[in-house]
Amino acid sequence: MSDILRSIFMVIGAAFLLLAALGIVRMPDLFSRMQAATKASTMGIGCVMLAAAFHFGDIAVVARALAVIGFFFLTAPVTAHLIARSSYFVGVPLWEHSVVDELRGRYNPLTHDLEGNPQREPTRDL
Amino acid sequence: MTFFSGLESLVFLMIGLAMVLAFVRLVRGPSLPDRVVALDLFSVASASFITIYAISTNQRVFIDVAIVLALITFLGSVAFAQYVERRARDE
Repeated sequence: MSDILRSIFMVIGAAFLLLAALGIVRMPDLFSRMQAATKASTMGIGCVMLAAAFHFGDIAVVARALAVIGFFFLTAPVTAHLIARSSYFVGVPLWEHSVVDELRGRYNPLTHDLEGNPQREPTRDL
Repeated sequence: MTFFSGLESLVFLMIGLAMVLAFVRLVRGPSLPDRVVALDLFSVASASFITIYAISTNQRVFIDVAIVLALITFLGSVAFAQYVERRARDE
């Protein structure tokens, strides 16, 4: 039973990692590459660590695998946010077919000041 | 028994292909953040590769290596993000 679960999780994790790498090669700009790579690689290493937990079935290994999964679920969004933020400031271009860039013109990359939305009316009580 | 070892080599092949594709983006990447993202994915794939190696050789010590690699990856990516921003500000 644990052999079957181990094999299933191993293949799922490797498939997620392969999808992440495909996304990072095929996607058109940095931000879509990041959303492919970050989420899929988190799922991939999570499934691989679950496979290790099922394979050894030992409290020490299970605790370590769960710690790694928790660590990745906490740190991968932080890393992606930091890289996306700094690369937006640097001026990495978006894909030419991108439909919306809500920060354009409202963000000062030197002082990091964000202006409010001038078009939006103040919220009213309904 | 042979089925599982065949499955493990298939998994090794998939993760190795993922590392090769991440390395392609690391070489080609037009900007520095592209390369940072590719390096991040490369390290995650390496940690997974080490974990699969620990499973296939039945050595639980290698999982600690994967943990250390994951920790260093996080610190490296954060440092690179800071560096990208500071380099643009200095220019």
